[in-house]
Amino acid sequence: MNLSEHASILIVVIPLVASFINIFLIFLKRSLCYPFFVLVLGICFALSIDILYTVINFGTVRYKLGGWMPPWGIEYVIDYLNAYVIVIVSSISFIIAIYSKDSVKKEITKARLPYFYSTYLLLTTGLLGITITGDIFNLYVFLEIASLSAYALIAIGEKRSVLASYNYIIMGTIGACFYLLGVGYIYIITGSLNINDLTRLLPSMYESKVTLTALAFFVVGIAIKIALFPLHRWLPDSYTFAPSAVSAFASATVTKVGIYVLIRISFTLFEPRFLTEITPLSNMLIWWATIAIFFGSIIAIGQTDFKRTLSYILIAEIGYMVLGANLGNKEGFIGAVLHMLNDAVMIACLFMIAGGIFYRVGSRNLEDFNGLNKNMPITMSAFTIAALSMIGIPPTAGFFSKWYLILGAIEARHWISASALIFSSLVNAFIFFKLLEKVYFGKNVGVLKYNFRELPLSMMIPILIMALAILIIGFYSGEIISSVIKFTVPAGF
Amino acid sequence: MEIIIGKYNYWIYISLMMIGFYAMIAKKNLVKKLVGMNIFQTAIILFFISTAYKKDATIPILVKSQEAINPAQYINPLPHVLMLTAIVVMVSTFGVALAVIMMIYKQYKTLDEDEIIEILKKKK
Amino acid sequence: METIISLKPILAVIVSTIASFLIAITGDRARNLRETWTILAAVIKFGIVISMLPDILNGKIIEYTLLKITPELILHFKVDALGIFFAITASFLWIITSFYSIGYMRGLNEHGQTRYFAYFAIALSATMGVAFSANMFTAFLFYEIITISTFPLVAHKETEEAKRGARKYLAYLLGTSVAFQLTAIVITYNITGNLNFSYKGVFIGANISHTIITITFLLYIAGITKAAIMPLHSWLPAAMVAPTPVSALLHAVAVVKTGVFMVMRVVLHIFGIDLLKSFDLGTVLAIIASFTIISASIMALKQDNLKLRLAYSTVSQLSYIVLGVALLTPSGITGSIMHIVGHAFGKITLFFTAGAIYVATHKTKISELDGIGKQMPFTMGAFTVGALSMIGIPPFAGFISKWYLSLGALEAGDIFVLAVLATSTILNACYFMPIIYIAFLKESKSIINNRKINEAPMLIVIPLVIAAIGTVFIFFYPSIFIDIIKVIILAVIGNN
Repeated sequence: MNLSEHASILIVVIPLVASFINIFLIFLKRSLCYPFFVLVLGICFALSIDILYTVINFGTVRYKLGGWMPPWGIEYVIDYLNAYVIVIVSSISFIIAIYSKDSVKKEITKARLPYFYSTYLLLTTGLLGITITGDIFNLYVFLEIASLSAYALIAIGEKRSVLASYNYIIMGTIGACFYLLGVGYIYIITGSLNINDLTRLLPSMYESKVTLTALAFFVVGIAIKIALFPLHRWLPDSYTFAPSAVSAFASATVTKVGIYVLIRISFTLFEPRFLTEITPLSNMLIWWATIAIFFGSIIAIGQTDFKRTLSYILIAEIGYMVLGANLGNKEGFIGAVLHMLNDAVMIACLFMIAGGIFYRVGSRNLEDFNGLNKNMPITMSAFTIAALSMIGIPPTAGFFSKWYLILGAIEARHWISASALIFSSLVNAFIFFKLLEKVYFGKNVGVLKYNFRELPLSMMIPILIMALAILIIGFYSGEIISSVIKFTVPAGF
Repeated sequence: MEIIIGKYNYWIYISLMMIGFYAMIAKKNLVKKLVGMNIFQTAIILFFISTAYKKDATIPILVKSQEAINPAQYINPLPHVLMLTAIVVMVSTFGVALAVIMMIYKQYKTLDEDEIIEILKKKK
Repeated sequence: METIISLKPILAVIVSTIASFLIAITGDRARNLRETWTILAAVIKFGIVISMLPDILNGKIIEYTLLKITPELILHFKVDALGIFFAITASFLWIITSFYSIGYMRGLNEHGQTRYFAYFAIALSATMGVAFSANMFTAFLFYEIITISTFPLVAHKETEEAKRGARKYLAYLLGTSVAFQLTAIVITYNITGNLNFSYKGVFIGANISHTIITITFLLYIAGITKAAIMPLHSWLPAAMVAPTPVSALLHAVAVVKTGVFMVMRVVLHIFGIDLLKSFDLGTVLAIIASFTIISASIMALKQDNLKLRLAYSTVSQLSYIVLGVALLTPSGITGSIMHIVGHAFGKITLFFTAGAIYVATHKTKISELDGIGKQMPFTMGAFTVGALSMIGIPPFAGFISKWYLSLGALEAGDIFVLAVLATSTILNACYFMPIIYIAFLKESKSIINNRKINEAPMLIVIPLVIAAIGTVFIFFYPSIFIDIIKVIILAVIGNN
């Protein structure tokens, strides 16, 4: 059996099975759980690279589950866009898995650790499943697997996290149910669930009201899942109170995968012209996203909690991606897709740093950043890089996606969206330079209180990898665009 | 009238869904919200199942001896299958939500949203 | 035009970055070694820059493409006459400033010296980067690096006041560059698909409306806040909380000259003279610059803090350069480029003296300087030279640039500009002459140290005397610079 041939199914099945095995490992030997957990995610990462390689060299991968021919059987379809998102998800989950070793110990009781690992693996399964599948109902199932494990993971955090998790459950379920309704309507008029099949069938039904209803349900459902303002209420609390590793992982991947689904639905399931000419959805989403950017940025200024600040910045960043994808030109779309990668890396890095600071200082309050540079210079240099990238200073990665997004907005003559992007850069500059000033020039009030040194290696190395990745991705953005992202742009653009 | 009676299944699903939706948003008690969520999900199941139904059709089980297969005689099995999966998903959502509610109760000794918010404010 | 592919521009950029690492590694333990790195880097940098000069004077261009990040965003270095002119000025003055810095920092026994020297070196790297950029993206990148690397220098004292100043500095420089300059760059790319500096501008042949061009132009001017054009000038006085060598090199040479240099690049190589003439945008810029010249001079009059007065004087003088370019005539451009070097030498002398006075007497206010000329004759002598050069009296560098600027105004037939130049000369005299008068002719009130020579350390006095001599030198041998300027003008305007 050729392993590479089945990579697309293995990448979903391996973490799924591993999450069960992990629980049984408790009875065998507790200390094995963590290495096993990292190993599995390492394998996933390797597989994802292999899939990307296959896609680049041999084109779209189609894997028929159980040998059933589509559209009857479930089909896994991997083109450039999936392969790209799969690599993002699996690499981030792998790196944060390493990071979680020490970080989680401080925030979760020891007895719960193996369950944490299992749930984490389930979340990975769900996210990878969403991206890999070519069937809209199967996508719903994976969406719920991912969401359920995310609810659980968030609930493990500090005290307030339970309530946050509950709100997330309510909102998330509404989102998922709306999505399911959309699936139902699509199924009623076409009798198919296979995305490729639907791409073929749907154009003749664009005028039907049922199609419009389905689209509306899809978009609102996914908007809840990606926390697009004003449906964002669950996000800040959840990511603030969840364990740091979870915040980092979920913020970096869950929303990106959601954006992926949105792009899939809007531009693969339907044709771009459906969103621009037949319905005003693209235009609506542009305004919607623009407001989200303004809102997220403005609220982020007023926060005193670092993780909450990051959460609101994330809400603005989600706006970036939705905006870029809907601008209706190549530049904007490239910007959005590139930003999926950049934002994942930046946000993960910043949340990991937040976790690191919490690990040492025991606080997430912005006031406690004073003079941290004296204690943890290496982590803080990583923080500086991530912050500069958030602002969009070249040559960090953040600049390049922002460049394309602004270019796209101007190309589409959407001046307000362009100014929203710039406004959010300025807000980020304000927030992060205020912090950097504290970090580098602040007076460390209780020197004795902060008598500690750098983070443990298991936390510092992942942070450094992410910081370096920001720089490397920045320098290779042209390469990434020309070898992957260029091919994800829908045909109509 | 035609549109109400002829499509009564949709009307039922919509009204059920709205009841559930209302409960999820407006109720203050966390468990009642959850009940609302359940109604909401059940409505969707109803919706799927009712789309599969055809007049004068029977359950889709093939008997070997039969001569020709006429698809119009059988109701569509796929929505049923989908809903089996969906039910599993919904049950697990419900399970997770109940577990979370138990944790909330342990922490705050109440399940009323307003009271919890009151407690949180006091802590600050 | 012949093009040479060479690594030299990159080496010129990178040498001080390497020095910065070495400085950081060496640290406070081996101070002499650490200072050696600075001096070494400064000398090597100047050597590399000078070694490129002969080729440039022969009308050649040195290029190197470092990295194609995306098809349109390319890290591309190109050394042309304008770039090398700026690079020579900055890298030469860095050598002097390095010695001065050492004297100043040790004289005051400042904290965080390693950080100071390390970031100083990075700032110079980035300045070279701007000088040698071949396109707007590369220039923007280094422009931002300058801003960020000088932030720690401005906040060096770590007091509340220093932090406030640094915050303002950053808010103005970074904020406007992200908000306006980046937008302008994106619009430029969107219209033309090209960001390379070219002699006739990138907009040639593009079919664009008057409105868009005007907006883009104004966005550029507002975005390049480093040129301290009013009303976006107030970061410069705020940045005076920095140690004096920083004010001297960065806020009289590297940072602000980067600003005017970028304005020149935008006027000459992005828009092109013909386009601006046809849209009459030069006049707009000239009016803004004239306004800045006059009002900054008036503000300088009422400053009692010596460094603040110098800062407002800088704001005003920078707009001379902008004004010269805005005239869009050969002599105007000559004058404005000449003023880059003329003002650099003059102003650095003035700042050096301000620092020397601070080190020797801890005085910062003009009203306290009674009779200081007798106590510090060399310093105040240099001050006089610098001040006279600023006013534009021969035989000092300032005269030459003002001469050309006036010539440019006549060429453009703009009597208004001539009047501005004349008024500002009078104002310059008004705010500089009293200081000279106070220093030399007023009797000191304090009895101690009176009439006794009490100069600052040699490492401070010698650099400032050299800078003052440089000011005179430029007056007598302007041909070195004029030759380079001829190459620039030839490329931009053509043979007439």
